[in-house]
Amino acid sequence: MEVNDALVDKLAHLARLSFDGQEKEGIKQDLQKMITFVEKLNELDLENVEPLIHMSPEVNVLRNDEIRGSVSREEALKNAPETDGEFFLVPKVIKR
Amino acid sequence: MFVYSSISHYQSQLTQGHTTCVEAVEHYLRQIAATRHLNAYVAVYEAEALARAKELDTLRKEGKTTGRLHGVVIGVKDVISHEGHPLTAASGILQGFEAIYSATAIKKLLDEEAIIIGSLNCDEFAMGSTNEHTVYGPVLNADDESRVPGGSSGGSAVAVQAGLCMVSLGSDTGGSVRQPADFCGIVGFKPGYGRISRYGLIAYASSFDQIGIFSTNIPDTALLLEIMAGPDVADSTASRQQPDAYSKELDTPKTPYRIAYFPEALDHPSLDPEIRDAIYKRLESLKNEGHHVQPVNFDLMDYIVPSYYVLTTAEASSNLSRYDGVRYGHRTEKPVTDLVDFYKKTRSEGFGKEVKRRIMLGTFVLSAGYYDAYFTRAQKVRKLLTTKIELIFNDFDFIILPTAPTTAFRRGEKTEDPIAMYLADIYTVMANLAGIPAISLPLFRHNNGMRFGLQAMASRQNELSLLRFSHELLTNREN
Repeated sequence: MEVNDALVDKLAHLARLSFDGQEKEGIKQDLQKMITFVEKLNELDLENVEPLIHMSPEVNVLRNDEIRGSVSREEALKNAPETDGEFFLVPKVIKR
Repeated sequence: MFVYSSISHYQSQLTQGHTTCVEAVEHYLRQIAATRHLNAYVAVYEAEALARAKELDTLRKEGKTTGRLHGVVIGVKDVISHEGHPLTAASGILQGFEAIYSATAIKKLLDEEAIIIGSLNCDEFAMGSTNEHTVYGPVLNADDESRVPGGSSGGSAVAVQAGLCMVSLGSDTGGSVRQPADFCGIVGFKPGYGRISRYGLIAYASSFDQIGIFSTNIPDTALLLEIMAGPDVADSTASRQQPDAYSKELDTPKTPYRIAYFPEALDHPSLDPEIRDAIYKRLESLKNEGHHVQPVNFDLMDYIVPSYYVLTTAEASSNLSRYDGVRYGHRTEKPVTDLVDFYKKTRSEGFGKEVKRRIMLGTFVLSAGYYDAYFTRAQKVRKLLTTKIELIFNDFDFIILPTAPTTAFRRGEKTEDPIAMYLADIYTVMANLAGIPAISLPLFRHNNGMRFGLQAMASRQNELSLLRFSHELLTNREN
């Protein structure tokens, strides 16, 4: 699998990251190394193996549907980068 | 002069009036101040810890103490939520964040009258094996300051190694507790998956993550596990099996154990020959002590790390998508053109290099067209590994491995090549892939002066027998 600029751009967009110039060249090389490294797995015959999806041995973990405490508005807004005390504020991103 | 050896010894000193919680906290605050350059702590709760110590001393004098961790001074890795205290995962993206609730594990420690003295440096979002990938700068290994303490829980390891708290908490996704314990010459224990609730632990790879314990002895480890373990309504993946009374059941009549080792692991070209010889020698002496020690073929050694990196980066890329600069954390101050641009700028500024690498790989293995070839394939390898390990535990009580292929690296040695760093996890990721408990025990010293450990693993839910065995190994060492 060859990692090219188009793939880096596509992945960066999906991951909501951006890389410029030298940084982009670096991540391209790193990705190439990492992908080549994990391609080691292609050597194994996995024809009749089911994927392991859940680690917890617990099944159907249920509880009564009771109202429990949650965070208050004040707590929820405590770490907000910008707030009017009632809502999270974000920069205007819709163009008219 | 305050000297710490174990929780039970400290508490008997308290009861007999030979020391106080305040004296203990003052001692640790002095030690922390004197070793700032090690960079183990990212925040120290000086006034709060002293006030709590004072309060506990008063309670004790009034005969009102009930806590099993009465006065125990604990440091916590900067990925575990502690209400009203900073929580940043050593990342630029969480600068200024303050936890609004406590992790279940923290709540349980505090309910038993523990004193939390501060939060500890680590690799950003627990991703790394050297504790160099942190917004706070690298942590130094107190045994040799030109070397790394290991990672990702490097600060937690050094805090116990250098006597900056009694015990500490870390998190272990692929060895992040055992490997730094190995590098720092202390005990590092990762319970089986789900043994301790993950509620309040910042998620890296949710099907691997587990809170772990750093200490200098097994009774301390056992007591902390006993207190933190158990079902939790806030974490449906936590085991519903009631935990054992680990600390009360450590001493048992000696019985011969069935111990497996993998020649493929011990003869692996990446393993330092001196470490290999030390482990073989210890296996030999276990045999001489009457245990059944046998080699087991394990031909999957070279597939462990690749499958681990596919799965953990996939989970990380998903877990870390929550850092978007809207509700908390870093937000870009640059002008933005639209919402996508806002996210990209915020995240690119906030995350460090290693975290970005892993998000990118995780995004790749989950992306359309590659999902089955990479992600599903790695899940199948995980199944293969887990089945194989379960089969081994049908015939054996423990598997013995090295913890790490080398002693602590020099600073800067592994930062540039991600693969070199990933390969250092070869012996530890197995336990996370299979969800089993594992421990690193400081039994050896290398010719280069560094201490290193032996790793033991037990079957799922068998923390008790693993701790008993570990206790025996460490006690024998001391004799």
